[in-house]
Amino acid sequence: MRYLPDKPVAWFVLLVLLPGQSLLAAAGPEDPLGSFMWAEMHARLLRGEPVVFDDRVRVLMPAEAEDSMNVPVLVDATALADVERILVFAELNPIHKVLEMRPHRAAARIGFRLKVQQATPVRAAVLARDGTWHVGGSIVDAAGGGCTAPSIGSANPDWASRLGEVAARTWPREDGVRLRMRVMHPMDTGLVAGIPAFYIEELELRDAAGELATELWLYEPVAENPVLTLDLPGSGRFTVSGRDNNGNPVLAEVLGGEAGGGAR
Amino acid sequence: MNGFRCLPLVLVLLMLSVDAFAVKRDYGLVPQQVAPGTYVLLGFNEHFNFRNGGNIVNTGFIVTDAGVVVIDTGPSRLYGEQMREAIAKVTDQPVVKVFNTHLHPDHFLGNQAFEDLPEAALAGTIEGIRQNGEMFNESLYRLCGPWEAGTRVVVPGLVVTPGVEEVGGHRLRLIGYDGHTDADLAILDETTGVLFAGDLVFHGRAPTTPHADIGRWLASLDALAGLSFSVLVPGHGAVSTNDDPIRQTRDYLVWLRDGLKRGAEQGSDMAELLSPREPPASIRRLAVFAAEYQRSVAHLFPAFERAAIERGRVVQELD
Repeated sequence: MRYLPDKPVAWFVLLVLLPGQSLLAAAGPEDPLGSFMWAEMHARLLRGEPVVFDDRVRVLMPAEAEDSMNVPVLVDATALADVERILVFAELNPIHKVLEMRPHRAAARIGFRLKVQQATPVRAAVLARDGTWHVGGSIVDAAGGGCTAPSIGSANPDWASRLGEVAARTWPREDGVRLRMRVMHPMDTGLVAGIPAFYIEELELRDAAGELATELWLYEPVAENPVLTLDLPGSGRFTVSGRDNNGNPVLAEVLGGEAGGGAR
Repeated sequence: MNGFRCLPLVLVLLMLSVDAFAVKRDYGLVPQQVAPGTYVLLGFNEHFNFRNGGNIVNTGFIVTDAGVVVIDTGPSRLYGEQMREAIAKVTDQPVVKVFNTHLHPDHFLGNQAFEDLPEAALAGTIEGIRQNGEMFNESLYRLCGPWEAGTRVVVPGLVVTPGVEEVGGHRLRLIGYDGHTDADLAILDETTGVLFAGDLVFHGRAPTTPHADIGRWLASLDALAGLSFSVLVPGHGAVSTNDDPIRQTRDYLVWLRDGLKRGAEQGSDMAELLSPREPPASIRRLAVFAAEYQRSVAHLFPAFERAAIERGRVVQELD
């Protein structure tokens, strides 16, 4: 009996608070990825709002990260109707939030690359009009270190001259265009001594008529020189605009198609 | 106090049981003769893991009248030591020289066991090991665990000059190629007709591409196919008496390159290419194909993607 508590307050902790912890964790459905961080993510990033784990939210990733600074990810929630928001997070990264998207008129699908610090689940929480977060995800194994390595660009003395430079091309798709776009930016996480956080925060795309096509918010874990894949309505002419966390603008006109191939 | 009388006994039992758990790690290296005086130690067609301890590679040695020439030293200090023991069981001749075919860790991390001898590699390989050796060593420790204990990077000190080198009656043609890495050494023993192709050639296993230049690799394969050999020792996979492994490696690389380039030109996202589109059966059945293919997407797709996206039409004013 030496190790059982003899004070009432200790019994209170043991019998009331500890089981309470597991009650809290059990408040939502069981995490199919079995991550001990899930309850924390649910509480902090999704404010404890109603969630369902939903196979219709696909997170396509390699099982192992060959390059921890560039893990390809495709989030696809097009099987859900009326997607309002997509929030992507990597819960074992030192910085959890990766990216947010309000699709508006774009398909609820986005491709990008991610820096990972270690093996981690990568989740997409998709808020549909039913007010429920539909969550999908998968796990990537990794040697890690992607978030605490300096960007390659920051070692290059003339990186600043290409800051915010946009390369983009469109391909015709059944109901609109596929846009692939690269924005030159170091996307430094701030986790490397002497290199402050420096990353693109906001991007939006408007079509030729000036109408909002989609809105994106990026966070530090998006890989350097972000390469984004989006499926948009229209014929391929867009304005890309946004800014980084230092206020540097990103602004470009995407004319669509391929140089020499004419506008499509 | 009664319980303490048993303490010494408990301690002894504990030590015995700890000893019983101390695994004797044995790569089980058995040299297989492929030509007079010429032996190959065949690795598993697998990925690095805690069971194979990194023994996924082919190493070899040639017994000459002037001593033994070693070609690649395996993935760890332990492998190098056990390789040297295996050689001593085959011949009384001492090892006199070591060649590393290229900079990948499964081919040189056993150098430590031959540190007392001249160890040679192409200049590009030496530079690559100097720059990346420690990173490779850490990486293999993560993948193979205790098999890598005590392994230290030993950079080869002797630069290989391509040409013919005669050792104890064997005419060794040392040829500098590239494509699998920046510097790939092939050794053709003109006396026996054995060609040690290093990782320019894979056989029955999907090739690896972390430092590959596919165009140059294909050119090197063409040059290899033009050599006159009777036995071909690939870097990974079974030994062959014809050039099938060269063709197999070429077919894979062409398929890989064309598929990734097509994907980039059609606007595919990198993640959309992680599952290959309809690989031919001859490629699908290669060992570790699915995992190796995914790694190659990470290595090779970004360059094709860059070329594709940069041809898009954008108007922008930069400060």
